[in-house]
Amino acid sequence: MKIVMAIIKPFKLDEVRDALTAIGVHGMTVTEVKGYGRQKGHTEIYRGAEYAVSFLPKVKIEVAVASDQVDKTVEAITGAAKTGQIGDGKIFILPLETAVRIRTGESDVAAL
Amino acid sequence: MQKTLTRAGLAALALAGVALILTVPGLAEEAAKPAAAPPTPPPPNFNKGDAAWMMTATVLVLMMTIPGLALFYAGLVRPKNALSVLTHVFYTVCVVVVIWVLYGYSLAFTGGTSVIGGFDKIFLKGVTGESPAATFSVGVPLSEIIYICFQMTFAAITPALIVGAFAERIKFSAVALFVPLWVTFIYFPIAHMVWYWAGPDAITEAAKALAGATAATKAELQAKLDAVNADSGLIFQWGAIDFAGGTVVHINAGIAGLVGAIMIGRRTGYGKELMPPHSLVMTLIGASLLWVGWFGFNAGSALEASGASAGIAMINSFVATAAAALSWMFAEWLIKGKASLLGALSGCIAGLVAVTPAAGFAGPMGALVLGLIAGVVCLVFCTTIKNMLGYDDALDVFGVHCIGGIIGAILTGILVNPALGGSGIMDYAAGKIAEYELGTQLLAQTKAVLLTLVWSGVGSFILYKVVDILVGLRVSVEQEREGLDLTEHGERAYTM
Repeated sequence: MKIVMAIIKPFKLDEVRDALTAIGVHGMTVTEVKGYGRQKGHTEIYRGAEYAVSFLPKVKIEVAVASDQVDKTVEAITGAAKTGQIGDGKIFILPLETAVRIRTGESDVAAL
Repeated sequence: MQKTLTRAGLAALALAGVALILTVPGLAEEAAKPAAAPPTPPPPNFNKGDAAWMMTATVLVLMMTIPGLALFYAGLVRPKNALSVLTHVFYTVCVVVVIWVLYGYSLAFTGGTSVIGGFDKIFLKGVTGESPAATFSVGVPLSEIIYICFQMTFAAITPALIVGAFAERIKFSAVALFVPLWVTFIYFPIAHMVWYWAGPDAITEAAKALAGATAATKAELQAKLDAVNADSGLIFQWGAIDFAGGTVVHINAGIAGLVGAIMIGRRTGYGKELMPPHSLVMTLIGASLLWVGWFGFNAGSALEASGASAGIAMINSFVATAAAALSWMFAEWLIKGKASLLGALSGCIAGLVAVTPAAGFAGPMGALVLGLIAGVVCLVFCTTIKNMLGYDDALDVFGVHCIGGIIGAILTGILVNPALGGSGIMDYAAGKIAEYELGTQLLAQTKAVLLTLVWSGVGSFILYKVVDILVGLRVSVEQEREGLDLTEHGERAYTM
């Protein structure tokens, strides 16, 4: 099993969720984060005090999938989250040892 | 152990004080009983319209401070310090209200010297619901109780303005001690010097008596008139005019704020870390409440519900404010490339500050020009000058209130000219508007500004030093990083 962690532009969240549902992924965890890569921030000015804000708001999606689903998942996210502009985000694949469904006690792929 | 003893000692002192307060007015009456009772004076002819307006104006000015100023300031700081600013402002109102009725009103608005009043009305001794206070019209008294309340709200908002200068790094105990000291030694004297006088009725009476004098009585009656004129504040005697408190409130608070900001030092991370306003929505709400409330501040300073004075103050408080908001906004648009809400709100306040001394004296077109100038000049002081000199006046108390107040005070001297639409200045002894002389008036205004700057600047410096020695002014760097809400008050403004 793997965790697919994707940092995407916030307004793309609904599209990505729909794309993942379409390929059979039925759960995810979403966090509001800040970050930057090659996308530059912006400047804010308050009464002559200039602030260079380099951290941009992003959304982090974490999905646990079976190892053979990873490529499909990455494809779905990429397709939905891409705009072609700098700042579209990144996807990281992390190994996942176990998963447990709290309600039933099922583990491994049955818990996903 | 020591802290417990100190707290117990303070509590005992407080109880003794309360006992004293309750008995003294009673003692005064006891002492008076043996003497023959004076004839009952006729009931005062208080105009109910004036009373209703002045009570309304009073409440409007209270609203300016809470929640107007409180929200305006809170929105400008970081979330971790929002509650501390709200607390500073709220505390200031409460403590000044108490001090005002104990001895503040007496020191500011009774006779004494030309610098400070006396203790004739300590604990509001002798003041009843029937007591009259003078307005600016002969034979038009205002209930003194209402006047006391009205002036009380001015005494409350002035120190509340100061706290913006050293927001986000001052100890609450420092604020708690500084405010009572400051109003006592700085505000009451300046309010007395600028606004205390014997009133138009006393002057007119003495002048009438002098006019009907014979050769025998002339010298005596002249002396009486001189005494009435001398029964006034120093700055008032200089002929300086300040309709609603440009010097008393704004220059006063502004310079005290600057001195405090410099003495306490810059916020940790100033210039490097991000510390933008956390809620300009809140700041807008505060600024709007300030504008609405300011009609009580300016138009209420007419002390009557008349179109001549209060109405003029009202229209000026619209025009100067809007003009200043626009001039700041457009100047910023030109220079920085974007028109900002904070710029508009700051300009709005700058305009209100500048028109405060001019409110009942200038004409609407004069107020317009005043606003346009104040917006741009205050913008320069809050941006270019502040960055150049490097002081951290967190909420621009100096740049808006002191500079705006100075602009207003000086221009009032020009705009009061009837030739420029101004009201002119009433000469009660002569019974007509005095001859306007630009040089004389400007000199008087300048002297008023300078004395206020020196008295408040130096006086505040001394008081900050005293407070620093007694309780310390600044929190530690760790406390500053964590945020004053938690470290000073054990509370969060926001629990999200």
